[in-house]
Amino acid sequence: MELTREQQALLDGAKGPTMAKVMKTLVQYGEVFGAEKMVPVTGEYGHLVLSFGLTFLGPVFDLYQKLIDEGCLSGQKFTCDPRPYDKNVPQNPLQKTVAKAVFGKQARYEKQLEKLGLLNEDSYTCTCYLDEIGNTPKEGDVLSWAESSAVVYANSVLGARCNRNSGIIELFGSVAGYVPYFGFLTDEGRRADWIVELKTSKLPDAQILGSAIGMKVMEDVPYVKGLDKYLGTELTDEAKTYLKDFGAATASNGAVGLYHIENLTPEAKAQGEALIRENAKVYVIDDAELQRVKDGYPCVWKDLNAKPKMCFLGCPHMTLEQLTDWTQKIEAALKEAGNDKVLVPTVFTTSQGVLKKFNQTVYAGRLAKTGVIVSCICPLMFMDNPLWQHEPVITSSNKLRTYTTARFYDNAEILNIITKEGK
Amino acid sequence: MKEFKGRVIAAGEVTAEAVVTRQGFNTLASMQMMFIQSKTKCVDQSNPDIYKKILMGKALCLPQTIGSTTGGMFLYSAVQSGKAPACLLFSKEIDSLAAAGAVLADVWSENAKMPTIDKLGDEFLEYVQDGDTITVKPDGTVIVDR
Repeated sequence: MELTREQQALLDGAKGPTMAKVMKTLVQYGEVFGAEKMVPVTGEYGHLVLSFGLTFLGPVFDLYQKLIDEGCLSGQKFTCDPRPYDKNVPQNPLQKTVAKAVFGKQARYEKQLEKLGLLNEDSYTCTCYLDEIGNTPKEGDVLSWAESSAVVYANSVLGARCNRNSGIIELFGSVAGYVPYFGFLTDEGRRADWIVELKTSKLPDAQILGSAIGMKVMEDVPYVKGLDKYLGTELTDEAKTYLKDFGAATASNGAVGLYHIENLTPEAKAQGEALIRENAKVYVIDDAELQRVKDGYPCVWKDLNAKPKMCFLGCPHMTLEQLTDWTQKIEAALKEAGNDKVLVPTVFTTSQGVLKKFNQTVYAGRLAKTGVIVSCICPLMFMDNPLWQHEPVITSSNKLRTYTTARFYDNAEILNIITKEGK
Repeated sequence: MKEFKGRVIAAGEVTAEAVVTRQGFNTLASMQMMFIQSKTKCVDQSNPDIYKKILMGKALCLPQTIGSTTGGMFLYSAVQSGKAPACLLFSKEIDSLAAAGAVLADVWSENAKMPTIDKLGDEFLEYVQDGDTITVKPDGTVIVDR
């Protein structure tokens, strides 16, 4: 790899041995993918995936302490994924005790984050790119982010340029100020390997469509035709909300870091089919294919007929539109069923920024009356408490389903269960 | 016995028993309970190839890793905690998350190492089976013995 004089100096130890190792890691990582140079990070803010003080991630916290002790701090402020627990989310005393043990390094880690460059106290969310949070990159910005759902959104919907960096690597990029130039940072790396032809009878559930595409194309770039028929050709709030959930499912059920939606996402609008590689493979998705994918999701509950003890919605964190929309749907469904409150303890997760706005609307009080709790935690990390692994939890998030024992239902099924059936 | 040659991502020499996944290895989904409960078994319910199988100390044979961008960080911590697979053997080109884990372990671990080889080819993953004895050489040679 060819380095500039300044980059070479960092590698040679001009700013100390720890910074030299940071650069060595980035160079070695880039060389695996044939990167010939390092380029400056141009996005205003970073985003970190590690937000939880999981006791057994001690080696990571030790490494971060080394960075702090030797002054290797992030050159840019950053946002960070959500915290793992919240006293407002119902847990029994034993579950609370275990959570404190599992996430025993939370306080230490949050202090580290402040020293390393956390933007502010409201920065803990996986949807940092929403207007309410303010970490919204511009088209063409080079980023050093991790968090699969945020990276795929930044690349696809915002047109920023970011590789699927791992935790630690993303912080190293922000510390050094450079990232290796390969993959999604290059024009060639952003071309599509797959054409996805959507032939469904209606707008598919974003979570299932994303899951189907992720499992099929894995780490490749899909170019999706036919979705603009339902989402339109402008990135409205509704379209962006759909793409948030769609992208998270492609990234967690597969390893998608960038997708193009014909006539909708920025590069697809600008370049059209010129983005598609020669000999791109074709994946046709119809109603039957989506049903096949959904029917294939395993469920590891010991009792498949168990009454759900918790319902989580909001992985990734909900938008303001989703919170208001769900409020109205739940109210209507409860009224229809003759119930006052949800029949399954239900938690909606969202960012502090969105929650503050939501609390200024009439919907906040109305949602509270239905019994739904709104929290800013990461439900995925919350369920890493081993005592929750054996509890029947339901969700309409394909990401949460993938990483935990939560059982997947689509949004219509979830609404029915929490308002009418209770099971 | 069959010999394969791949590209060295992190060099090392090791002999271990194979555990094989022919679908993408979801690092977070597979390894998260290993850290929380000190269990070494894979807990990814979506991967029938390796669900409930022991990964620690094994030669993990895989096409690539998928899923959360915590992947490299978890692999690094696994190496540092002595809970990692003995080596990672990729049939395809390594993905960015696994590469991060392998490089982080290579640069920042004083003693523990996790030899990592990629581009071993589809034939490697078609041939290798659970329980095979795998020997990895520093030059990227992988010997499968059964």
